[in-house]
Amino acid sequence: MSAIYKRELHSYFCGMTGPIFMAFLLLMTGIYMTVYNLTGGYPNFEVALSGVSFVFLIAVPVLTMRSMAEEKHARTDQLLYALPVSLTSVVMAKYLAMVTVLGIPVGVMCFYPLILGQYGKVGFASAYGSILAFFLLGCALIAIGMFISSLTESQVIAAVVSVGVLLLTYLMSGLAGLLPETAGASYAGFLVAAILVGLIVQVMVKNSTVSMGVTAVLVVILSALYFFKQDLFAGALPDLLESLALFDRMYSFTNGIFDLTAVVYYLTVAALFVYLTVQSMDKKRWS
Amino acid sequence: MIEVKHLVKRYGDFEAVRDVSFTVEKGRIYGFLGPNGAGKSTTMNIITGCLAATEGEVTINGFDIYEDPVEAKSCIGYLPEIPPLYTDMTPDEYLHFVGKAKGLKGKALEDGVDKVIAKTSLTPMRSRLIKNLSKGYKQRVGIAQAILGDPEIIILDEPTVGLDPLQIIEIRDLIRELGQNHTVILSSHILTEISAVCDYVIIIAGGKIVASDTIENLTKLNEGKSYIDMDVRGSAEAVEAAAGALEGVAKLEVTPGEDKTHLRLEVEGKDDIRDHVFFTFADRRLPIIAMQYEEVTLEKVFLALTESQKRDRQEESETPEDTRIRAEDIFGQIGQRREEETAADNSAEAPVPEDVPAPAAGSVPETKQNDNTDDYKPLFGGN
Repeated sequence: MSAIYKRELHSYFCGMTGPIFMAFLLLMTGIYMTVYNLTGGYPNFEVALSGVSFVFLIAVPVLTMRSMAEEKHARTDQLLYALPVSLTSVVMAKYLAMVTVLGIPVGVMCFYPLILGQYGKVGFASAYGSILAFFLLGCALIAIGMFISSLTESQVIAAVVSVGVLLLTYLMSGLAGLLPETAGASYAGFLVAAILVGLIVQVMVKNSTVSMGVTAVLVVILSALYFFKQDLFAGALPDLLESLALFDRMYSFTNGIFDLTAVVYYLTVAALFVYLTVQSMDKKRWS
Repeated sequence: MIEVKHLVKRYGDFEAVRDVSFTVEKGRIYGFLGPNGAGKSTTMNIITGCLAATEGEVTINGFDIYEDPVEAKSCIGYLPEIPPLYTDMTPDEYLHFVGKAKGLKGKALEDGVDKVIAKTSLTPMRSRLIKNLSKGYKQRVGIAQAILGDPEIIILDEPTVGLDPLQIIEIRDLIRELGQNHTVILSSHILTEISAVCDYVIIIAGGKIVASDTIENLTKLNEGKSYIDMDVRGSAEAVEAAAGALEGVAKLEVTPGEDKTHLRLEVEGKDDIRDHVFFTFADRRLPIIAMQYEEVTLEKVFLALTESQKRDRQEESETPEDTRIRAEDIFGQIGQRREEETAADNSAEAPVPEDVPAPAAGSVPETKQNDNTDDYKPLFGGN
């Protein structure tokens, strides 16, 4: 595992990806800090950080797009499959390498509150809590980007889809607010989701009996729930979509609250998508 | 030791590998021979764990490739069809990476890398970026990573593709050298390559193993065997009697036609007996109107087997059966194939009269009256 981790780091720093990612992140953080803290006179670094989180929408896909797609494209994945290393180790090594690339600029950011502390009273706890949340948000987004990269051979497709998905999670709370809160609307929304799940199953297993079966079971369960426990559906869809809004979880930290559920949430998302990436790699051998 | 049992790989409705079973013994060089798209690479990818089989199992030194992948893979060095190289690294860095991933450390790693670099003559290129190397050198880096760490089993998928003739000779020598201490499986669609290096050949076509035997057996059977096909004006009895008088004929088949008799001779020994055949038939006033001489070569065996598989695959009408055969069978089948062809030709040209008398058993070593094509179901069709 350490060999693959080192190779990945080597490739990030031999090419331009690693330095560009770090420079972009630090440049944007620097600009926000200059505007909010140095020029605006806010003593809170977390304010700058909450503004800069949108940078992940571009920076994370740049970092993750090649992680898995390039291996498939260059056929080097065959080496990874043939080496006496488990797929979980391979994916973890790649993931940790990307987390390390994120960790370096975040490490640099840790000096910013100290700099601000030279000029006045700074809430270090909330500043460092926010840096931690910023880092964890990045880790979760990197896992999502890595999973998307594992689904395709093309770096461009991986990047475009990643930007799209991350943008969706960024805008999710706003979008969820637009949806009607009635039980009927949620029921309809879940039915559409059930059909989408069926389509995804169809694409993955290429067996119409299985995919239609899955859709039918989901529709039956949803309908049964809707007719017997209708109140469960009231506002359920907006709530569900709200829970997918990754960026919003960080804002409780920037408001000065150390939200343990958000920490668990980010770690869970990261673990889930690392797991899905392993499954995606494994599935490729079966198709 | 590798045991492959009833391997099947399906891509949707397409069966790339169909019920392949074989055992690879320790310390030999095995050749996987087959035309492009025969299923060689798919089988190799399954053995090395790069692909999962739809059905069947693979065990490497007793470890199942799916149940105990890490243990099984640590016994194997694999060079896929396209060398899996990180082109942003130098061969030196790349081999250090592969060595570490294979669990080598410290001095063992340094010595291992130095050894494989020397063996594959990569020394002058060890510090250049892989992306700047020629195809031949890239292939060598691929081979170097496969043999790094001295794995017990080395699997090379078309290792000499893209190499110049000198490099091919070098790589063949290297494979022979590796074969002294390792089990090597080598795939190729080039017969000469396999026969130059391997002890044992597995011929695969249309996803099935169509033959597997030692090179010695294939070559032994190949030596000094030829076929003569001829059309003679004369009765079947007269032709058979004349052919029976010839020396060196192992087997003869007589197919009566309307105004000619077709004769097929299987000749043992290295002598070309065509002159003798001519004079014998001339003495008996039996005019030879056509004569064709055919020497059986390994190439022909290969072509006959693989082409027939291709056709079988298109027809897909027969029920699946165990098509694994030994070398002895192959030559028989080539003979049968030609019989079938001839019989079919004759019956197409002129229907065989039902009242043709059966020839009397003469002094010939072995005779076969081949006028009934209905009973004969060819294993391999004509070309």
